[in-house]
Amino acid sequence: MIRLEGITKAYGDYPALKGLDLSVRDGEFLALLGPSGSGKTTLLRIIAGLAFPDAGRVLFNGEDVTDLQVAERKVGFVFQHYALFKHMTIADNVGFGLSVRARRERPGRAAIRARAHELLDLVQLGGLGERYPAQLSGGQRQRVALARALAVEPQLLLLDEPFGALDAKVRKTLRRWLRELHKQMGLTSIFVTHDQEEALELADRVVVMDQGRIEQIGSAEQVYMEPASAFVADFVGETCVLPGGVHVRPHDIEIVSDVGHPVVVGNVFRKGGMWRVEGALAGHDRLVEFDLESRLVPPGLGQTVYIRPRRMKIFEATERNAP
Amino acid sequence: MSARTLDRPRLALVLAALGFLALFLLLPLVVVFVEALRQGLGAYAAALVDPDALSAIRLTLLVAAISVPVNLVFGVLAAWAIAKFDFPGKSLLITFLDLPFSVSPVVAGLIYVLVFGAQGWLGPWLEAYDIQIVFAVPGIVLATVFVTFPFVARELIPLMLEQGRDDEEAALSLGASGLQTFLRVTLPNVRWGLLYGVLLCNARAMGEFGAVSVVSGHLRGMTNTMPLHVEILYNEYNFVAAFAVASLLACLALLTLVLKTALEARFHNSNRKA
Repeated sequence: MIRLEGITKAYGDYPALKGLDLSVRDGEFLALLGPSGSGKTTLLRIIAGLAFPDAGRVLFNGEDVTDLQVAERKVGFVFQHYALFKHMTIADNVGFGLSVRARRERPGRAAIRARAHELLDLVQLGGLGERYPAQLSGGQRQRVALARALAVEPQLLLLDEPFGALDAKVRKTLRRWLRELHKQMGLTSIFVTHDQEEALELADRVVVMDQGRIEQIGSAEQVYMEPASAFVADFVGETCVLPGGVHVRPHDIEIVSDVGHPVVVGNVFRKGGMWRVEGALAGHDRLVEFDLESRLVPPGLGQTVYIRPRRMKIFEATERNAP
Repeated sequence: MSARTLDRPRLALVLAALGFLALFLLLPLVVVFVEALRQGLGAYAAALVDPDALSAIRLTLLVAAISVPVNLVFGVLAAWAIAKFDFPGKSLLITFLDLPFSVSPVVAGLIYVLVFGAQGWLGPWLEAYDIQIVFAVPGIVLATVFVTFPFVARELIPLMLEQGRDDEEAALSLGASGLQTFLRVTLPNVRWGLLYGVLLCNARAMGEFGAVSVVSGHLRGMTNTMPLHVEILYNEYNFVAAFAVASLLACLALLTLVLKTALEARFHNSNRKA
């Protein structure tokens, strides 16, 4: 189990992490979700030993590893841009972690090659071992980076924006594949993302971060359905804010005959299997959007409709001030 | 209209540029070889095997053979420290790296005379131990090292900064030591840039005149490098010999250019592939 206690980190005058605590269970797939500048990558690097906290402790299985370097922590780290060694073949990349071991612990050349090819098979890249990183596609490179990190048999796998540099289609396939791989191996894994969809789809638990703090920790379901703060409601999934600090999901809004908030319809289009209606909340300088079932006839442009939330969360009117 | 067609003003501009190039770059180069061969191949060869010329060639090779490896090591270390680590005084170090480019080589030579010369700060001490630096080979090497110091580091720093620290961090996270990371990841990543820097460093080391002239003392057959030997011969109106030795330096320049072009092509390819 991994425990973080009171992790604080500042870059110059800029506070990146403001004293946060977190426990990661064994075998868990955990997402650190937040906008850029929320401190999620810094936190991941601190867990890895690539960055060090100004205060606080990092514990692996009860052992204090706060002052240990990355090499001593037995973690696998997958970089956002993969950081493959471009002058080495794919097989040499994957075998690198084994080949730099001290002579006593280092497997023979043949054993390293065999292990590299085994791992390449695991990430479905068998047969590409003799190529160079430049000859692979983004998705393939990503999987090489993963195989390379797994080669050293880490006790923890850390992934920094693992799908950030890939196009939407590859991203989706890889996401599913990674989820399966995690199920198979049961390796404790933490990944950083700013994409809420990714976090909700992959992670057992999601840690929502903002401005160096943890806003909420919970399952995808909890974070989406029971957001703990206005920020979480806003950042995870789509949210409309109605007067009185009422936060409501677009699909939790219904049209009623007259006892609701009047909305002047501005735009109507198909979104997924629903109608998406965008409009201006009358009397407030505010846009709202909501979904209507596709079998209904959508309102026309310029028409005034009355809406009512079916399900909502109320947060005190804390208009978030930009940092 | 195809873009290849040159209209009149463009043609005039191109011709002017080519004419300028021919007049100031090509013509002097041709003159060096023409003058060197004016009295035939025999005189040319004789000028090159003259004992003083041979000594100058040997000294130039010796100076380059010492100063290039020294600057290779220090340049790589300086670039590595600057590009991959944060430490106080980093910007000061970068400024110092550029010092040899901003100071006149003559001043650089003079500094060494003032420090190590007989009348200099360390003069009496050096004399007491019978160590000769100025007007001897050590002084020439020191001056050359100073003048050529920025080449390797300046070539590597932007390259290393652009590559970032991800590769190094990846290597470290896989359990590599700092030295393993440096040798197996950092160095291979910059190998073409490094070779390029070494090439320029070598060209300058062999061709340096100003700084070396001040510290050399111009002792024939002893402390004359090729550029200094050329000057002496020229001042003695021994034009054929002067141009013969100069033609060797010109060949070095041409060779450097060819290698540089080849390296650049290689360098850009390997960068684009990434």
